[in-house]
Amino acid sequence: MDVKKIAKLANLTITNDEEEMLARQFEDTIMTIDVINELDTKNVDSIFQVTGLSNITREDVIDKDRIMNIGDYFRVKAIFNAE
Amino acid sequence: MLNKLNLQEAREGLRLKKFTSRELVQACLDQITKLDDDIHAFLYINSNALEEADKANINLPLGGLPIAVKDNFLTMGMPTTAASKLLDGYMPMYDATVVKKLKEAGAIIIGKTNMDAWAHGSSTETSDFGPTKNPHDLTKLPGGSSGGSAAAVASDMCIAAIGSETAGSIRQPASWCGVTGFKPTYGSVSRYGVIAMASSTDSPGPITKNAEDAKIIYDVIKGQDKYDATTIGSWKLEAGNWKKLRIGLAKEYMLKEMRDDVKKLILDAAERLRGLGHEVIEISLLDPKYSIGVYTIVQRAEVSSNLARFDGIRYGKDRSNFGSEAKRRIMLGTYVLSSGYYDQYYNKAQKVRNLIIKDFESAFSKVDLIIGPTSPGAALPIGASLDQPMFGEMEDSLAEPSSIAGLTGISVPCGKIDNLPIGLQFIGPQKADDLVLFAAQEFQNI
Repeated sequence: MDVKKIAKLANLTITNDEEEMLARQFEDTIMTIDVINELDTKNVDSIFQVTGLSNITREDVIDKDRIMNIGDYFRVKAIFNAE
Repeated sequence: MLNKLNLQEAREGLRLKKFTSRELVQACLDQITKLDDDIHAFLYINSNALEEADKANINLPLGGLPIAVKDNFLTMGMPTTAASKLLDGYMPMYDATVVKKLKEAGAIIIGKTNMDAWAHGSSTETSDFGPTKNPHDLTKLPGGSSGGSAAAVASDMCIAAIGSETAGSIRQPASWCGVTGFKPTYGSVSRYGVIAMASSTDSPGPITKNAEDAKIIYDVIKGQDKYDATTIGSWKLEAGNWKKLRIGLAKEYMLKEMRDDVKKLILDAAERLRGLGHEVIEISLLDPKYSIGVYTIVQRAEVSSNLARFDGIRYGKDRSNFGSEAKRRIMLGTYVLSSGYYDQYYNKAQKVRNLIIKDFESAFSKVDLIIGPTSPGAALPIGASLDQPMFGEMEDSLAEPSSIAGLTGISVPCGKIDNLPIGLQFIGPQKADDLVLFAAQEFQNI
């Protein structure tokens, strides 16, 4: 595994010492996770949501109170109300 | 000694005016002052707790009760760091839904508890602010990642606490600290305002002194939330004869490396359940080693995308502030998601995850609940997790299968070895939360 390249993809900076240690640790971890390849999943679908929900959406709602009478502007709530 | 009360006793005492919320909160604060220099369960103490206690409405479900909250829940006006240096000094602009519900139910948030940084771990040793110690033995780890919450409850520094579990992070520290830890069905409690770890399994839940207390808190914090599209609405659990359950003891969970005295405690617990009128039979589940593989891949992948937002612009400090555990997880996640490896690891893991779900479905067609040890053993010594990239996965190997399937589970103490608590877990199908709580409560009341 090209540890430096992965670090770059992940937007992380690592030292040479870290690179060496991580390469070793990743090798061990990959060995542990490779056990899943023992199982036959030819006829199994991937699952990404475990409670059976899909595409939970809602209609957009226009809050008329926020429309201002000046051009296309609208009001937003103040966000700097805490100290 | 008011701090030693459980939630129901404290609530009753307040309502009967035996003591005030201020006295109760003060007792917990005194215990924190006395013990927390050694235990280090808390990262932040709410300096307004006593004033809030004076105003508490004790008729609300959690009115006037001091509750500790894990530091990955956003709390308006209280710093929230997920025990990471990167977020040191971050002050949230809003409350997590769970926190909001606790406050609406009258609870006093007494403070924020220590955890593995970003919840990456099972020891609370990877906290960027130093480890929490196990109240039963200060040379031992409390477990994690909700180790601060479990230690705070175990040492009576609060009446109850909130933790979060991705795979074992409530149940395993509860087991090691000798308290009750309840992991609700995925989606039954909102994740809104919880610093995301692995979004497809993150489940907030209570850590308490017993299962009845856990149910009271669960009833407050659960429910659909328009701010978390993965929350599930209310449901009605099919009525059944809960006094005569069929309970499966998963033989694969009695790992061969487990000590015989741990196995004996689990078998004794099974015997006690039989004594209550339940039937306990041995069942077979997929070897937990497959769940370790699936969980490691899926969790790292979700971590790498969830932590991408911490780029130093919107929150806190820049990415050089990530500790070594976070870096390791982000990078492995980046690797399993990168083109060329996506199918081999991430996609394969999501298929095996489906197999694990089907395996549980088949088990729950034969039994109502599954029991087993929560963790392979008792609390390990401080330092045990250092430079062990797979420490958490091994210690959580018995909680991971049910977590990645979105099931509900609870850990309750079932005895001690070498003076350290061992936990028994009950696992139920999705939405069987009340059944799991009932069975655990009945077991605790023997």
